[in-house]
Amino acid sequence: MAGEGERRSDPALAASAESRRSRILDTSGGRGGVAIASVSTIVVFGLLAFLITRAPGWPEVQKTFFDWGEFKSSFPGIARAFKLNVKIFCIAEALILPLALALAVLRSLPGPVFFPFRLIAIAYADLFRGVPTILVIFLLGFGAPALQLNAVPTSTTFWGIVALVLVYTAYVSEVYRAGIDSVHPSQEAAARSLGLTRLDGLRYVILPQAVRRVIPPLLNDFIGLQKDTALVGLLGALDAFNTAQIDAAATFNYTPYLAAAVLFVAITIPLARFTDWLVLRDRRRRQAAGVAA
Amino acid sequence: MSHALLLEGVHKSFGKHEVLRGIDLTVDEHEVVCLIGASGSGKSTLLRCVNLIEQIDAGRIVVLDEEITARGVDANRIRRRIGIVYQAYNLFPHMSVLRNVTLAPTKVLKQSRADAERQALELLERFGLADKARDYPDRLSGGQQQRVAIVRALAMKPELMLFDEVTSALDPELVAEVLEVIRELAQLGMTMLIATHEMSFARDVADRICFLDDGLILEQGPPEELLSTPREPRTQQFLQRIIEAGRL
Repeated sequence: MAGEGERRSDPALAASAESRRSRILDTSGGRGGVAIASVSTIVVFGLLAFLITRAPGWPEVQKTFFDWGEFKSSFPGIARAFKLNVKIFCIAEALILPLALALAVLRSLPGPVFFPFRLIAIAYADLFRGVPTILVIFLLGFGAPALQLNAVPTSTTFWGIVALVLVYTAYVSEVYRAGIDSVHPSQEAAARSLGLTRLDGLRYVILPQAVRRVIPPLLNDFIGLQKDTALVGLLGALDAFNTAQIDAAATFNYTPYLAAAVLFVAITIPLARFTDWLVLRDRRRRQAAGVAA
Repeated sequence: MSHALLLEGVHKSFGKHEVLRGIDLTVDEHEVVCLIGASGSGKSTLLRCVNLIEQIDAGRIVVLDEEITARGVDANRIRRRIGIVYQAYNLFPHMSVLRNVTLAPTKVLKQSRADAERQALELLERFGLADKARDYPDRLSGGQQQRVAIVRALAMKPELMLFDEVTSALDPELVAEVLEVIRELAQLGMTMLIATHEMSFARDVADRICFLDDGLILEQGPPEELLSTPREPRTQQFLQRIIEAGRL
């Protein structure tokens, strides 16, 4: 029967999921496959390199964007400044994850009593997903300190973080919400039937399943946030982007931007691989637990 | 005379569609009552109303002298006393079998984890599931999952158990092991209200069978009587179709 078939774990299905995961390195076809993949890779990249280096403007581009001496001299300063990006990212993420979850839970509360909360949550998500991030950063970064209130910090970094938290909380709450919605209502019914309160059902039954399902899209937003920390540089904070801009302006050479780009990629790519690994580990652990017992 | 369960004039509608149209039913302590009837006759809705998953529109439901449909009654406290098992098992897929069983005792009854686990293992042992305690639900067959769902409900020491077509989603060869568990519970004296399509099982385990038709209990009586010599034409029709399908 249909319900039965879905529920029983199917080794063939698990295996195909496994192979889907490594499709990039899929060289099915055995040893011959590896050879073909190598040749094809060399040909494609060789052709690309040939075309680009033969372009009429290439010597000029090489000098302004790929100047090794410039790269070496600007890199240490930009790397130091990049610590600010990492700091902004860490602080913002630590605030976004719980705030977005609270917002998503607020929006999933049923019943007429919670209508105003749902309304606020929806209006918030719509507003901050609708306004370009850079506008929020400018409005808060230049507007809030201008109030000259005693209690209000004037640090541009502070307001940059606030702006990023506001914007990304809206996005991440939508991700959580999709996760909560993806857990079948029968799970809540089962929890409530056992006498669990709505809150306990959410905490022990719904959210653990929801969060597990949305780890990959959550990481996607992590990566977006890590990149967008560069926008705080536009307020004047000396982050990697701003430092690269200063270097570039001093030498009329754009290689410092490349140095900044390398630093961003050095964080975001491992982050992406880390999530893949987390998802895989979770799956393996569940399968192993089944086999061991 | 006190009943384990008493329903009086229970009405329930979903929008314009009236699913329960005045149900009167009693279940005595240690009694096993089976609900039979076509799909859509209101069996599942009736069970969900008793478990307060659905709110009734009119009438009252009394469990062991407490009117559970009265205003201001704490639904969570009532659900603790009533176990329900669904057609689709609804185990928590992110928890081991053992955790599935101990979650409610630890979080609702505030038992210590050690106590809850000891008690859970005893129950799993009794129903032949001890070796599955550390497994996750997706490693289990449908029959095993459904037995775990029953154990999970039993761990709350319910005074009344509700079964909602618990074998309907199972492959035929897995039905027997689940029905065997329910038979065992009947022998232990558990009060049960069972919605089922398994007529021979109903005949075997029930003290009384109720035939539901279009939101009403049309006829009820001892299994032999109701299944062999039904009075109502609708009951006769229904049983005729069951016999033609080879299920009686």
